Amino acid sequence: MSIKLEHLNYVYSQGTAYEKKALKDICLEIPHGEFVGIIGHTGSGKSTLIQHLNGLIRATSGELFYNGENIYQDGYNMRGLRNEVGLVFQYPEHQLFEIDVMTDVCFGPKNQGLSAKECEERALEALHLVGLKEKYYKVSPFELSGGQKRRVAIAGVLAMRPKVLVLDEPTAGLDPKGRDDILDQIAYLHKESDLTVILVSHSMEDIARYADRLIVMNKGTVMYNDEPKKVFEHYQELEQVGLAAPQVTYIMHDLAGKGLPVRTDVTTVSEAADEIIRALA
Amino acid sequence: MIRDITIGQYYPAKSAVHRLDPRVKLVSTLLYLISLFLFRSISGYLVATLFLVTVIRISRVPFSFIVRGLKPVIMLLMITVLFNLFLTRSGEVLFHAWIFTITEGGLVTAVYMAIRLIYLIIGSSLMTFTTTPNELTDGIEALLHPLNKIRVPVHEVAMMMSIALRFIPILLEETDKIMKAQIARGADLESGNMIQRAKSMIPILVPLFVSAFRRANDLAMAMEARCYRGGEGRTKMKPLHYKHGDYTAYVIVIVYVAAVVVIGRYVPLHVWIF
Repeated sequence: MSIKLEHLNYVYSQGTAYEKKALKDICLEIPHGEFVGIIGHTGSGKSTLIQHLNGLIRATSGELFYNGENIYQDGYNMRGLRNEVGLVFQYPEHQLFEIDVMTDVCFGPKNQGLSAKECEERALEALHLVGLKEKYYKVSPFELSGGQKRRVAIAGVLAMRPKVLVLDEPTAGLDPKGRDDILDQIAYLHKESDLTVILVSHSMEDIARYADRLIVMNKGTVMYNDEPKKVFEHYQELEQVGLAAPQVTYIMHDLAGKGLPVRTDVTTVSEAADEIIRALA
Repeated sequence: MIRDITIGQYYPAKSAVHRLDPRVKLVSTLLYLISLFLFRSISGYLVATLFLVTVIRISRVPFSFIVRGLKPVIMLLMITVLFNLFLTRSGEVLFHAWIFTITEGGLVTAVYMAIRLIYLIIGSSLMTFTTTPNELTDGIEALLHPLNKIRVPVHEVAMMMSIALRFIPILLEETDKIMKAQIARGADLESGNMIQRAKSMIPILVPLFVSAFRRANDLAMAMEARCYRGGEGRTKMKPLHYKHGDYTAYVIVIVYVAAVVVIGRYVPLHVWIF
């Protein structure tokens, strides 16, 4: 069970004045059950990359294997792939359309051919997972607040019970609490139901806290592909491409520079606190 | 798929045609379109072709890009050609079967009509290929300015046009995004009969309308926040000024129109195909 990309290239508007190479020779492997973070500057190809994962965009050249099967071969079951690889777009609340929350979340399962009863069960489960209060289930999605809409939209994908969940900046524009709620829920699902998670984010802090592995994209290529700790050691190179390491990384480097014997490879605030206490003791 | 529509799109390039004042391009296009109806002989078509090809070459818009713009109007073209071919009755009968009759006159009219239409479309799309929507509306506003005197809200109309044009690519992109999001949720947009297909558009149209209204609202708010209150006393960041090349262009176009009329009328070269 894995996703494997081999020498993937993608060119936008090929053969016109707007031609743009979005992805260049991408080779990646995402094994089952991993929590992968993808980070990159605006226009680095992150969103293009993740749309390949469920076949929404077809690569200009190169191969993509899902569970060992080439998804570009003739007769490949794309619908089947999309049932297993759930994709939550940026600002997913813009895709809501049904008369009430419940019906909207049922849209995905219904398309999978499930009975009305099963759809409802799945929708209830998904809405519970994203933490939306029950009193909203029969309300029109357009009457909800931005954060609530976002939860409904994520529930709409979770209700399809994907094996791989791809999220494109799921927390953009949310307040800190909404952000933590959503990411904690996703981390919980990852742990409990063995969900493979691919999280695109601009926040180094979020990635450092949740991801097992971090992929850094730059100008359509993979710049780093390693554990977050190891990637953040290159914080100077990251700055050169318009990114940064988590803020605590900088603090630890500064402290070490001032002579406090701390490790500099910590990436989360709680790790940093422990490390400083250890160093001071 | 949506990206394939090239008609009315701007093609960025650096050329003399791109640099021209939009007013020149609007007036010239209009004159060119009228000129196509001022003759009915091969010699006239030769002059028009020569002019069009030269302008295309100068504009540096690839020929393939222009041809792609013709695709959406192929049906219209076919219908016109067929009607002219079968319904014009003049001259020798070339072909007759059942109720279909093709006459020499019909054939010639059909061919001329097809060429005329193609030139019309190429000529007008060449203007949009080489002029940004903003320039275009600026040009229209400037040209229609005299109508202000008879209380035509020229500025408002131009502003509506530029907003509409500005929103086309945004809404296309939005449609693309929403379609992808719904396909990712298992929506089936391709199979089924007419009614099922129409129904499957609902998950795309509802969010699209919601988003269009939201954007319109945001834009209105942003414009009010910057004290927009219509055209009166409003200055421009890039006012239109005729330059040397613009006058030259006017002269060239007028010479072309004169040439087409004179050559088209008095150099008959009426080489009937048969």
